[in-house]
Formats: sequence, C-alpha cells, structure tokens
Amino acid sequence: MPILEHLWIILALPLAGAALNGLLGKNWSKTIVNSIGIGSVSLAFLCVLEAIREFSMLPAGQLSFFKHYFNWMSAGSFQVDFALQMDHLTIVMLLVVTFVSLLVHIYSTGYMAHEEGYYRFFAYLNLFVFFMLTLVLAANIVLMFMGWEGVGLCSYLLVGFWFLKQSAINAGKKAFITTRIGDFGFTVGILLLFWTFGSVDFGTVFAKAANMPAESTTQAGVLTWICLLLFAGAIGKSAQLPLYVWLPDAMEGPTPVSALIHAATMVTAGVYMVARMHALFSRAPIAMFVVAAVGAITAFYAATIGLVQTDIKKVLAYSTVSQLGYMFLGCGVGAYAAGIFHLMTHALFKGLLFLAAGSVIHAMGGEQDMRNMGGLRKRIPVTFWTMFIGTLAIAGIPGFAGFFSKDEILDAAGSGPNAHITLWLLGLAGAGLTSFYMFRLIFLTFFGKLRFDEHKVHVHESPRNMTVPLMILALLATVGGWFAAPHLVGKTDYFEAFLHPVFAAYGVPAGIEQGVSLAGEAGGISPSPAMELFHALTGPPVVLAIIGLLVAWWFYIRQPDAPKKLAERAHGLYKLLLDKYYVDEIYGAAIIRPFLWISTNVLWHVVDERVIDGTVNGVATVAREVGGKAREIQSGNARSYATWVVIGAVGFTVLMLGVWGMVR
Amino acid sequence: MSVVPVSYYLVLSAILFGLGVVAFVFKRNIITILLAIELMLNAVNLAFVAFARAWGQLDGLVFVFFVIVVAAAESAVGLAIVIRIYQNRQTLNIERVNLLKF
Repeated sequence: MPILEHLWIILALPLAGAALNGLLGKNWSKTIVNSIGIGSVSLAFLCVLEAIREFSMLPAGQLSFFKHYFNWMSAGSFQVDFALQMDHLTIVMLLVVTFVSLLVHIYSTGYMAHEEGYYRFFAYLNLFVFFMLTLVLAANIVLMFMGWEGVGLCSYLLVGFWFLKQSAINAGKKAFITTRIGDFGFTVGILLLFWTFGSVDFGTVFAKAANMPAESTTQAGVLTWICLLLFAGAIGKSAQLPLYVWLPDAMEGPTPVSALIHAATMVTAGVYMVARMHALFSRAPIAMFVVAAVGAITAFYAATIGLVQTDIKKVLAYSTVSQLGYMFLGCGVGAYAAGIFHLMTHALFKGLLFLAAGSVIHAMGGEQDMRNMGGLRKRIPVTFWTMFIGTLAIAGIPGFAGFFSKDEILDAAGSGPNAHITLWLLGLAGAGLTSFYMFRLIFLTFFGKLRFDEHKVHVHESPRNMTVPLMILALLATVGGWFAAPHLVGKTDYFEAFLHPVFAAYGVPAGIEQGVSLAGEAGGISPSPAMELFHALTGPPVVLAIIGLLVAWWFYIRQPDAPKKLAERAHGLYKLLLDKYYVDEIYGAAIIRPFLWISTNVLWHVVDERVIDGTVNGVATVAREVGGKAREIQSGNARSYATWVVIGAVGFTVLMLGVWGMVR
Repeated sequence: MSVVPVSYYLVLSAILFGLGVVAFVFKRNIITILLAIELMLNAVNLAFVAFARAWGQLDGLVFVFFVIVVAAAESAVGLAIVIRIYQNRQTLNIERVNLLKF
C-alpha cells in the first residue's frame, strides 16, 4: 500500500510547491509557476484518490487508518507525535479541499494573469493547501492546531495580498487578530483536554470519552467546558457571532482566495473540528445547544445583513457566514453528517458563486458594486448560467445540491432527536432570506437595464481557464446533492451511511442517541415513500425559497422602483441593515478604542517610555556620571597620585590592624 | 651590658618613614622624590633588622636583602626615566610632568 503508508506525501507535495515557487519563482515565467502550482495540487489530488482506493480495500472492521511518523514534542507525559490518520470524515474533507483547490488554482491562472507578485500568490495558495491538509489529516489535536493556525496565516497573507492598499492591510490584520481571540479559547481547550484525558491523540481521547457518561443538561462539567472552549476557536475561524466581523472585510483579498479560503475550505475548519470532536460534543448537551444556537442565530442574522448589501462579494460573504451557521446548527442538533454534507455542497456551490462573481468583476474591469451592473446576462452567458445554477443550489430549489443538505439540517433541527423549535424557525427564516438576497444579486447583476457606460467598460467573457472550473463546479452543484436523495423518500441517504462508521464509533449512551436518524422507522406508522417525497418537496424550506425568489423578482424585475420606496418607508430598519447593525462601530467604541487608549497612554507612554526606557537609560546615566567623576582622579598630577598611594597604604594598614584586632 | 630596647628602633624607623612620606608627597624635584622612596625603604629595612635581632631569627635579614636588591633596581630604572624626562622637558619639576591622565 504505497500511498496510504506514506500519507505525508499528500502534505509534502503542496509544501514543496510553495517552497519552490516562493523561494525561487521570482524570476520564473508564468508557465513554470503555473506548472509547479497546479502540478503539485493535482498530484496531491491524485494521491488522495489513490489513498481512498487503498483505504476502501482495508479489512472490513477497520474504521480508520493511523500512521505514526515521528515524535514531534516530548515533555514528561505530554507527548505529541507527527501522526496522520484517515477515516471517512477525512476522506470527504480531503476530496473537498484538494478538488476545490485544484479548480481555484486553474481559475487563478486566468484571474491573476495581470497581477504583480504572481509567483507569490501561487506560493501562498500552495502553502494554504498544505496547512489545510495538515488540519484535516492530523491524528492529534496539537498537529491539527498547527494546521489551524497555518491556514490563518495564509488567510492573512492572501487577504493582504495587495499590500500597497491600506484597506487590504487592515482587513488582513482584522482577520488575523479576530480569529486569534477565538484561538485563545481553542488553546485553553487543548490544555483542558490534555489535563482531563492525559493525551492529545484523537484515538486515546475518544476511547476514554466513550466510557464517560453524558453530562447533565443543566450543569456544565469538564466535557462541556472543553467543548465550549474549542468551539470558541471555531467561532473565530468559521466567522460566527460574535466574531464574524472579519469575514466580510476579508473580501479585500483576490476573489479566488475568497472562493477557496473564505468560502470552501478554511472557514469550514470549525465545522470539521466540531464533527471530529463529536465524541466529546455528543456528551456535552449544553455545549451542543450553544453550537446549535450560535449557528441558527448567525444563519438568520447574517442573512438579514445580506439583504441590503450592494457589493457583490459582500453579499456572498454574509451568505457564507449564514451558511456556516447552518452547518453548526446541523452539528449542534447532532446531525453531524448533515452538517458535513452541507459543508461539502456549500464548498461546491459557494466556491462556484465566488468564482463566478470573480468572473463578473473581471468582465466589468474591477467593478464590484451591483448598482453599477445590470443586463449582463447576454454578454457573459457562461458566467450567468453557472452563477444562476449556484444560486439555485444555495437557495435550496429542489434538485440542486443545497436543497438536499439544507433540508436535512432543517429536518434534524425541526424533528430530530435534539430538535428545537425556535432554532428551526430561525433556520427557516434564514432560508427564505437566503433565497431573496441571492436572487436579488442575480437580478441586479444580470437582468434589467445596463447601469454603466458601455463605452468605458468593455464587458467580455472570461478566458477558458476561468470558465471551465465554473462549468465543472456548476455540474457538481447540480448533481452533488443526489447522494442524499434517498432521504427524500424516508430512507437513509448514502452520504450519511458513508459517514456512519465515524459517527457511530464512539457510541453515545442511550437517552440522547444521536447516530443516524433512521427516518420512517421511528414511531409506529411510517408514511409511504411518495408521501415523504411530497412532504420534502413542498416543505416549508422549499416554499420559503420560492417565496424569496418571487419577492426578489417582484422587487428587482417587475417593480424596479419598489426597493427604493420600501427603503424610504422603513428607513430606520434599512439603515440599520445597511450599516450591519453597527457591530463594527460598537466593537470599535467598546473594545478597540479603549484598548488603543490603554495601549497608547498607559503601556506605551508610561510603561514603555517611562518605566522600561527609564530603567535602561537610568542605568546608563548612572554609569556615565559615576565614571565621569571617577576619571577625574586621574588628574595627570603625579603628586596627587603619590597622595592617593599614601592614603591607600594608610587606609589598608588601618583596615588590617582593625580586622586583626577584631579577630584576636 | 645594657640592650637598646626594640621599641627605640621602631620609633626611629617610624620617624624616618614619616619623613619619607612627607618628602614623597610634598617635594617637587623628581630626584628628591626618588630619595624619599629610598628613605622609606630603608626605614622599613631598619624595622626588619630590629625585629630579626629581637626575635633572633634570620627571616627579617633575608627580607632586607631582597629590599636592597629591589631598591637598587628601582633606582636604576627611576634615574634612567629621570634622565629621559629631563632630555624631553628641560626640567625636573614633577608638576610639569602631567600628561599621564585620562
């Protein structure tokens, strides 16, 4: 078994690509940079496929493959190994990460063709892929944390890619610092995990956790605290309330970066982490509820902001925050498979939407404001049709990928073992809003009159290396959800069955059973498959999605004046949404400005300038003054030297006599 | 036969030494200063000899020989320096030789 035994090769390929391009690529032609960048990722993708083939040939009882390479850190009982593991959850993530990365790399050769620092961009992208794969393949939480921080670093580098632009620099810093707040909780969580279980290896920890009873729903025990602390990291990384503020700003980065890092892969790391730690989360009902509540509230909240944004990428950014909320809602109600399923379909359709938005921006020569677009449908048909498919998928129109995954999550939230009616309603409302703002985006961008000067903006379809990835993703966004099709007729869907070994391995004690929801078997009367299908296709999510579509159509096609009138009538609400609930301003006033004030006036001007500099300079001043006085003894007058000799001799004698006298 | 007490020798030695110190500090002529040093050395020699005699041991006498040898060497080097100073400065006033400083 060549590849499975050497899983490190999957990591080494993008790392080597990053090193080659980053260190040597400055003077290379774009062809060489392209072949290294795309070559390393496509080889990694092929290695993943081969590893999956070999994994499938493992003996039936073996649920995961574990490989230890070397000891990374060793301090007493604290042992961290460089060890990788592979199970069904890893397989899903590996496929998503390498495949979307590959498409984004190809797309970038077109999108970034005219940019400075081309080699730098590809080096960062490859480095990102390396860290993301480390995060996914890691067999212990410390190695996972290394990948976790590494993708944060690459996110910072790529958001601030155009580092001559002040807003890009600020956005990069904001992304890095905000996620760091969550990562503080994550670090403390790791410490508490080690303190509790005496190990950081997933296998050991989960096996020990499997023997622990589930904690009560009213009192937080140690598992709850571990989960809440780890979830704090996920809140930062996956842009949930209240740390979501960095993600919309991160749109300052190049659009392929938004597609890969800020939609498809990095931001979903939090969801992956929660699913990976399911053995702990499932035993901590309070933490589970927090995950679900944060997810549902974020899903709704971010969708409301998305309603009024005018920047095409900002709409998609808030949409991403909202969709990540759905994933957490799914995990929080125990439907991990549904959460991961939505992660996968979201990676496909949101990656598609971002890349298509990039294509629109490319066509418009850099314009991002939807108010200055309109009527692009006929001019850039490939972009239009692929983006339209992506929109159908995210809105949850039956048949497209997003419909299946979102339906499963809302199903679990509404009628699963841990159902919660308020969270379900929030999720439903969010689904309706999602449909509205996405079709609003489509109608504003591609329909209606041209709202720009055609002589100044030369609208053109993107080159083939940009449109082909769009078409591939559009195809997958259409068919990618059909794994779950049996769910519609009340059977266990294939995706859930595929992940079942992972989530059933560390069984949860009876009472809060959260394994695969075998719909239809619960209760005595199971409705017929036709009834199930009818319910799924006419359920509230679908109805709301279609209402959202119709409202958007009414507002932006039928009555183009209506939005303005409504905005005037509900001016306060409109302004509140347009200014994003003033959260940035509130954070600025409540946290950043006091912090800056303390840093400037206390830490800088007092502690640093007075205390630290004062101490250092004081020591130097004293030494100089003493030396200045002492050197005057060397007057050059030989008789004064003679006097000193005599004084010294007399003093010494007196001293010796005195000491001698005392000793005697 | 009456013996001169050792304290007499020590008082004389102390007086000679004190004169040497005073001359060493207050005189300006370099040769006089060298003489003052010789005076102090010989005052110490006197004390050594007095003690050696009082205790009936030879250690003090051996020390005196050493001091005489060192004093001779010191005088030779010192006078050579004095000659060089005079050749340079046309003076033996110690106050005019004041460049040895910071």
